[in-house]
Amino acid sequence: MLRAAVARVAASRGPVLPFGVGPVDHLLAGGGLDGAGLHEVAGASASWSDDAAATIFAAGIASRFAAAPDVSALWALTRFDLYAPGLEQAGLAPDRVLYAQGRTDKELLALCEDALRDGSLACVVAEVKAADQTATRRLQLAASEGNTPMILYRRYRRYGQCPLADPSLAMTRWRIGTLSSGRLASPGVGRGRWNVELVRQRGGPPFSLELEACDDQGRLALPAATADRAVAPGRTDTVAFGHAA
Amino acid sequence: MPRGGGWRPGARWAQGTHSGGPSLDALPAHQRPTMRELGRRSEAAAPVFRALRSDDGTSGGIAAPLPPLWGLRPTIVVARTGQRDVVTAACPAALDLGLVPGMAAAHARALVSDLDLLDAGPDADRAWLDRLALHAARCWTPTAAVSGTDGLWLDLSGTTHLFGGEERFAARLLGFLRRLGFTARVAIAGTPGAAHALARYGGAGVRILPEGGESEALAPLPLAALRLAPEALAAAARFGIERIADLYPMPRGPLARRLGRGAVERLDQARGFVPEPIVPVVPFDMPEARRSLLEPIGTAEAIEQVIADLLGDLVLALRKRSLGVRSLVLRCNRLDMGAQFVTVGTARATRDAKHLLRLFRLRIDRIEPGLGIETMVLAAPQVEALAPEAIAAALDTARQAPDLAPLVDALAGRAGDAALFRLSAIESDVPERAIARAGPLAKPAGWPVWPRPIRMLARPEALSGVVALLPDHPPRRFAWRGRSYAVVAGDGPERIHGEWWRRPGEMWAVRDYFRVEATSGERFWLFRRGDAITDKTGDLSWYMHGVFG
Repeated sequence: MLRAAVARVAASRGPVLPFGVGPVDHLLAGGGLDGAGLHEVAGASASWSDDAAATIFAAGIASRFAAAPDVSALWALTRFDLYAPGLEQAGLAPDRVLYAQGRTDKELLALCEDALRDGSLACVVAEVKAADQTATRRLQLAASEGNTPMILYRRYRRYGQCPLADPSLAMTRWRIGTLSSGRLASPGVGRGRWNVELVRQRGGPPFSLELEACDDQGRLALPAATADRAVAPGRTDTVAFGHAA
Repeated sequence: MPRGGGWRPGARWAQGTHSGGPSLDALPAHQRPTMRELGRRSEAAAPVFRALRSDDGTSGGIAAPLPPLWGLRPTIVVARTGQRDVVTAACPAALDLGLVPGMAAAHARALVSDLDLLDAGPDADRAWLDRLALHAARCWTPTAAVSGTDGLWLDLSGTTHLFGGEERFAARLLGFLRRLGFTARVAIAGTPGAAHALARYGGAGVRILPEGGESEALAPLPLAALRLAPEALAAAARFGIERIADLYPMPRGPLARRLGRGAVERLDQARGFVPEPIVPVVPFDMPEARRSLLEPIGTAEAIEQVIADLLGDLVLALRKRSLGVRSLVLRCNRLDMGAQFVTVGTARATRDAKHLLRLFRLRIDRIEPGLGIETMVLAAPQVEALAPEAIAAALDTARQAPDLAPLVDALAGRAGDAALFRLSAIESDVPERAIARAGPLAKPAGWPVWPRPIRMLARPEALSGVVALLPDHPPRRFAWRGRSYAVVAGDGPERIHGEWWRRPGEMWAVRDYFRVEATSGERFWLFRRGDAITDKTGDLSWYMHGVFG
């Protein structure tokens, strides 16, 4: 009986998308992101770079959901300040993103619901400022009905008040912040580093990890161990502009 | 016109030009314009809608009289072919002076000094011929076609009795064309080839050939009347064949060898030995479905039911004609004579009734039924060819790529057509110009792999307090939006030159872009105006443009 109940719950979840990063998949319930559920992403602070990091995190997930040929992800937003070449470098090539620009958050959420129920998209991403519990429940239902993953990117409404503090029915809620990246042996900017924090997930514990930013396929990575780093962190100042002298 | 060029509606001189017709008071009571036509003036107003575009995209109806293009001076029409100007048409006065189509314009000018030249408009000619053919197909005969660059073919089989016989029809046709401002010659014969030859080389204004008289009638005409290829005409001239009659006694084998098989075929077609079908123009009529209701309806459910019925009718008609709709207009005629219009558009031609009904369902709330709707008409003003699709592909075991068109239509119905788009690359190095919007079903191309930010400011914002080594190092520290940042690493510069072909001010402009990382991990995309070597490339001010994650 318990097995039947577990099987029913498992059947209600869509295909699971693992991150391919051992500790993350190990800590996530089901071993990855639910392919028919609502996931929320927000920046660790209202700063512009955290906002960008969270956007790239969402874009990376969307690009891995839309990895099959000839499928598209929908990116819905009200104010267009994305830069599409940057999105392509997070893995979302222009032929795999369809943009939808709504006038209000309410209209945007209605668009997303329609798109989720249609089921012909690989993933739906929406940037909203306001989404209450009812809205997230509707999105979650639509996502499981259309068997399409939904990523709700929540922007800051007020400085210092994390949008993930609002109640929500999302399967997972992520908070992304930028960290100082490891210094390279040669002068230049290396791969970005993020503090990836899973604030809440259904059926699993929250966790926080330091990870390397998305590559051009949308994949995260574990940072190299400190001992394996090419240059010790204490010496960064001296080598940052090696060619400046 | 009074001095200064000002025009006042009530000015006396302006009124004078209007009162060309008979005075209102002199008219009998039933001929006077109504108060509505008069408006608040005392002279009759021109009908407002006469000058509007008609359905086929040209101004006015078919009966827009042309002013005569030539006056007393001889006039020729000239077209440029290759390196020289050639006369393509000449007015009767010019023809009398010996100017014939085909001669060089310079030659014609040398012969006649007092000459008017007009530029040929083959496209406009063709458009007029098309319109006349369409008019003929609508009003006179089901089979009408444009013949060559200067004629029409009308298949009159079984239609002339409607117009009182062939003579009266020909006279009527000439009168119609005269009113339009065209001179024309009409020939009625048993074969298209003979009619073509007699209309162009027969001489008389109307030539009606009795049945079976083609061979005799064609005999005295020049060989060019047979629509032969230029090579065949040249060959015939070498052999001394001038008249069509010269061909009749010749053995067919040698004739085909010397003039080509096409010449023999044309001759047979003109004499009626070989059939020559006319490919008729087909006037397009809009697919339309109409339902008159027994009782007026007003509820959303009833309206949706009628729309579903109308869509069923329309889809049947579309399937028969292999068409798909790109837009549909629903007209609801209300009891109080008002009409409500609802329009839906589709991203791709479709005739899926279920999908179209879903699009209408989003808009049913915009219909105001008032006292009730008594007639509903569904028309497809924009259609495209849509062939049946092979189902074999659907049986393929491989997973099919989902079709986004229905979703795009549904979302566009909610948010508007402009709300859905893709972004594609255009060839520009300037970052803000490198993207362009494309249609939601486009397959856009990507960008080069230079590092680009994920979010970008609509307008670059100036940095303050920048400390940087010139010419090609990233800044060591800068302040932006009230916060100061210390830079720990930087990449660059990526030099982007201005596009002088867009704005002359960018002739020498240079931007040097840097990707920098600040102490707490923020990654920004900055640029400096100018290359720090030449002054005119920029003033060395620094700007924030984008952010990397």
